Amino acid sequence: MKQFLTFVRKEFLHVLRDKKTLFILFGMPIVQILIFGFALTNEVKNSQIVVVDYAKDMASQEIITKIEASRYFEITKSLAGSKELEAAFRTGEIKMAIIFPEGFNNQLLHQNKAQIQVIADASDPNNATTLTNYVSSIISDYQAQMNENVPVPYQIKPEVKMLYNPQLKGAPNFVPGVMALVLMLVCVMMTAISIVKEKETGTMEILLVSPFKPLMVILSKAVPYLLLSMINVISILLLSVFVLDLPIAGNIFLLFAESTLFIITCLTLGIFISVKTDSQQTAMLISLLGMLLPTLLFSGFMFPIENMPVPLQWFSNIVPSKWYYIIVKGIIIKGLGFSFVWKETLILFGITVFLLIISLKSFKIRL
Amino acid sequence: MRIIKFLLVKEFKQIFRNRAILAVIMVMPVMQLIILPLAANYEIKNINLAVVDNDRSDYSRDLTNKVVASGYFKLRSYNDSYKQAFTQVEEDRADLILEIPHGFEQDLIRENHQQLFIGVNAINGTKAGLGAGYIADIIRDYNSNLSLKNNPKGSFNPIPQIEIASSNWYNPHLNYRLYMVPGILAILVTLVGGFLSALNIVKEKEAGTIEQINVSPVKKYHFILGKLIPFWILGNVVFTLGLLVGWLFYGIIPLGNLLVLYAFVCVYLLAILGFGLLISTICETQQQAMLIMFFFVMIFVLMGGLFTPIDSMPDWAKTVSKFNPISYFIDVMRMVIIKGSGFRDISKHILIIIGFAIVLNLAAILNYRKTS
Repeated sequence: MKQFLTFVRKEFLHVLRDKKTLFILFGMPIVQILIFGFALTNEVKNSQIVVVDYAKDMASQEIITKIEASRYFEITKSLAGSKELEAAFRTGEIKMAIIFPEGFNNQLLHQNKAQIQVIADASDPNNATTLTNYVSSIISDYQAQMNENVPVPYQIKPEVKMLYNPQLKGAPNFVPGVMALVLMLVCVMMTAISIVKEKETGTMEILLVSPFKPLMVILSKAVPYLLLSMINVISILLLSVFVLDLPIAGNIFLLFAESTLFIITCLTLGIFISVKTDSQQTAMLISLLGMLLPTLLFSGFMFPIENMPVPLQWFSNIVPSKWYYIIVKGIIIKGLGFSFVWKETLILFGITVFLLIISLKSFKIRL
Repeated sequence: MRIIKFLLVKEFKQIFRNRAILAVIMVMPVMQLIILPLAANYEIKNINLAVVDNDRSDYSRDLTNKVVASGYFKLRSYNDSYKQAFTQVEEDRADLILEIPHGFEQDLIRENHQQLFIGVNAINGTKAGLGAGYIADIIRDYNSNLSLKNNPKGSFNPIPQIEIASSNWYNPHLNYRLYMVPGILAILVTLVGGFLSALNIVKEKEAGTIEQINVSPVKKYHFILGKLIPFWILGNVVFTLGLLVGWLFYGIIPLGNLLVLYAFVCVYLLAILGFGLLISTICETQQQAMLIMFFFVMIFVLMGGLFTPIDSMPDWAKTVSKFNPISYFIDVMRMVIIKGSGFRDISKHILIIIGFAIVLNLAAILNYRKTS
């Protein structure tokens, strides 16, 4: 035990000596949480659109005013004709065009029917659908206003309530997601190079001839990073509560315990990569190039996992950050207790033990 | 010129000697490009629905059936109370609660007026918005069917109707892959170029070999060029492989001119490699270089406009994204591949990236000191 502590101390000194790395390690998650917490949102708003108004009558003007007033659209210009339209789409200036035909108001009054043409840039399909939906709801609002005095039979009005996030802010989704992403990558990266670095510099041999068990060597490498990451978790949570205005609805100790478990999982994964590779460069490329996008996509905070093909849904189960995201979302936003997240906790625990065992198995005592 | 040639031979030898790294930078992006677009899918069609039917009438059943038949929703459970349904949302087994009140059928017929309650899990804004939109549409439809059915002389429609003729240009089938594949390729090319160059000079620093180069008559720009060119070629190879994957696996053939695309990528790679080299000259260890590169790359990726719309960001973030090379790359990929934009359409993008390339590489050359 005393030996172990000496080793941990040595590793700690190594980490603390490198001020630049330390600064990056602490500063990075803070800056990222702030940027992403404020900037990212799935909502579609302020989309640049163009209006082509051949009618220029009362109805078309009223609808245009309504569209302009909504926060979803920004009318960048009103074209006289549709000729320049294609160019505007191709340079990416606009996302949508709304076209009113000649005599729009007359048709509406005399034929009880008029048509508006809406063209969306569907190179982003999600955006196109959402914007088209917005326009239709603005139009049906306008219609309802027009017909206020006409009795409409059989009215069912849906009353919609947005649970957990009534203002549809980005932070409740992205803060837990970014936590899962940043902690994972930072932790994996840190330990992934630690052992391989000793291999590269040749100091590994010295460690191996010492009367020290391989398990101890590995653990002593992980401990400093565990402590650093726990400090990171605290600063992220403080930020999200006091700066991003995202209070923690559940038990903070539970959240902290779960975060610690997740950090240990990631450190173990880093150790596994470190044991398997033989240069720092390979270890880093695997932990970043190989893991950034998969972690991002399979955590479930960007794209719903149930939409993925079944084999990929299976695959997502071995991505630790998926489980952590569910846990963090549950505790911070939904305020759930341990009885709701014990299954996810158990899975994370299982992944950790598994990784630890195979890392130890493949840790070579001789070089 | 001769010196650069020697340096290039040396760099290439080093790259090809290390099979592991070569495999990582070639195979990993290709694998990811094959698999990831399947995962990045926003077609919302499996919204899990928890129904609380307090009425249990013909009308309420009819409405529920209509919602489920739309194909967007999956009926997960019938619940006795709202509270029970809410537990389902808590446990992530349901995304949306539809609650039909007592006496729904009676009130509808007698009082001509009825309210439904819909609760949406809004942690993920898109899913919530689209889900609520779909269900509102279905209810509106159900409504007008009802009034038609109960209004036999409904031959004349007294209410003026505005129809919306919507068309989706460039991607009429709303194929999400067409959108994701070019974007993911842009990110992967950036990752490969950025990380390789960021690690490179720093590796020589750590290994001490940079001293030997420093005492040799190699000029600064020789050295930087010697580092730049191999990765520039590798980046182009990865990009080409990516285009092939897009074509073979997803049937995506660029609508625009390939030359336009390559012209942009050639300049873009210079910019991103310059960025990596600049970081490399600042750092002392590979670990530092990696962390700093990770910091920027993550911001570039998440704010590049592929996963969340840039238009929706606050103004300061829009300004930040003006300095994000990936956002230009993703834009250009989408424009040329999906919309068939030409040189003139992307000229602004190219000019900006040329600016990035010049500034970043100059900074890297100036910052690289021959004496340590």
